[in-house]
Amino acid sequence: MLNIVVCVKAVPEPIAASNLKIDPVTKSLPRLDIPLVINPLDSHALEAAFQLKKKYGAHITILSMGPPPAGNIVRECIALGADEGILLTDPAFAGADAFATAYTLAKAIEKNGPVDVVFCGMSSSDGATEWVGPEIATFLNMPVVTMVREIVEDQGDEWIVKADYERGYRMVKIKLPAVITVTRDLNHPKPLSFSGIIKARSKEISEWNHENLEIPAELVGLKGSPTVVTEMTRVESRRNVKLIEGSLQEKVDRFVQILSEAGVV
Amino acid sequence: MPTESAAVFVIAEQMEGGIQPVSLQLVGKARKLADELGTKVGVILLGQNLTNDSKKIIAAGADLVLQADSEALVPYQSELYTEIIVKLVVEHRPEILLIGSTFMGRELAPLIAARLETGLTAHCIELIISSEGILEQRIPAYGGMITIVCPEKRPQMATIANGVFPSPVLNPDKSGEIISIELPKKFPQRVQTLEIFREKLEGVSLETASVIVAGGAGAGDPEGWNQLEELARILNAGFGSTRPAVDAGWTELETMIGQSGKIVNPDVYIGVGLSGELQHMVGVVGAKIMIAINKDAKSPVFEKVDYGVVEDCRVFVPALVERLKNKESFVGKVR
Repeated sequence: MLNIVVCVKAVPEPIAASNLKIDPVTKSLPRLDIPLVINPLDSHALEAAFQLKKKYGAHITILSMGPPPAGNIVRECIALGADEGILLTDPAFAGADAFATAYTLAKAIEKNGPVDVVFCGMSSSDGATEWVGPEIATFLNMPVVTMVREIVEDQGDEWIVKADYERGYRMVKIKLPAVITVTRDLNHPKPLSFSGIIKARSKEISEWNHENLEIPAELVGLKGSPTVVTEMTRVESRRNVKLIEGSLQEKVDRFVQILSEAGVV
Repeated sequence: MPTESAAVFVIAEQMEGGIQPVSLQLVGKARKLADELGTKVGVILLGQNLTNDSKKIIAAGADLVLQADSEALVPYQSELYTEIIVKLVVEHRPEILLIGSTFMGRELAPLIAARLETGLTAHCIELIISSEGILEQRIPAYGGMITIVCPEKRPQMATIANGVFPSPVLNPDKSGEIISIELPKKFPQRVQTLEIFREKLEGVSLETASVIVAGGAGAGDPEGWNQLEELARILNAGFGSTRPAVDAGWTELETMIGQSGKIVNPDVYIGVGLSGELQHMVGVVGAKIMIAINKDAKSPVFEKVDYGVVEDCRVFVPALVERLKNKESFVGKVR
């Protein structure tokens, strides 16, 4: 039976979060109550684990790092069919960059016990670095393939996968245990039903802090992060818009005229 | 004071027998940064039959090329590349290490950064040397620009997409040193790229298109999206998208324009059902004429374009398509 860890991140709902704007005066992000959801790409990582469990049997552990409300996302993953969930939550974890995040997740994977495959979404909607999966692999001394769009061969301990590449894909052979980061092309995740969300509330999950992981506070969160954000500035527009007005037909005519003047039609 | 070990390094990439354009762009940028710091530009190039590419890299501004030339390095192999590059970086101790946001670079950069226990900034669009000599790495986010630095760990690492910096003018008289690197005797084999396959691209390439139609999440339902693709076909335009549109599943990642997607330079850009988020707009700042269609008159996109149409794109685009079809037949008749 495969031991699978799926790393998931609770992110602010992406469409609502895309409306967040840097405050030009305070030069920081306004605090808005945006509901947390599973990072969209991580749901594809989760679905990959479910498909393997169906085929071969597997023990699926959900691993997430975040504030206590992120636990609800972990519980939802259990309601969907994962076997256990761990939330890494600790004020000391706050402000972690990709490096410190990957280090903390890797330590938790080690503590959790033997693992065959670690699945991650290739990036998160709120960080978008793509670094966490491969950095976890480095800390665990495991091989990694990033941006996997298809698992071609998943029997035994040597898999063959297709991963995105310039104007196509590459075919990669990888020995387990391994880290695999996935794209949205990999599968079609099932959404959680409303009754599933209700059920999820009662699921038990483990909560670990840096002391449970036996790592010093200097190596996690902001302190353990090599990179820091030093400045946020609002960027104002440099173009003066001319609005095309009138009836629908007049707008269409003017639009075509602009295209025509530009030599497009 | 900058010393020999303060160099600015670039990891260059060979692709189908040539050098990736982004690699030369980064060498050009590295040259400028190195001149400001009073130091040298080093480039690491792994691949096969590298002599011409290494000369080109020197002509683009490098002082030193460290090249490993072997058939074992084609195609790209993550573990072997990481081993070689980490060893070179530890030896040469550059202050700054730049990598193109290609598929290779996006996998390799974090593998190298984690091994070196240093920071890595994703998909920068500006690199500036601060008065303290620190590399300020800028990325667009939340309607503005975020500056990230790596104050203590070295090297300061960043990935940059193709097209962010201009291609440098090549100077064939520029001198530089080429050093050949031996491959490690034993190398890791846990992960192997077996083969790279190219897929046929449909439609017009975004990078070379003179007109681009880009859709955002607001353009979707399937019918709305079909109409956009129809508009792109009629205009012989490249078809682009925003991250929310990709996230919503309307289109492929390949079509994404912006900081972590493609950087494009069309004559005319038409943005439909998108909000003008900076992560997307930095990908099209080179466009000569920009037009937006959005039903929300208050949408921030109207601050970032030359012409705006306040209209539901599900109404406007079909009407425009219809009109252009008629024009097509009209033009056909005259000719």
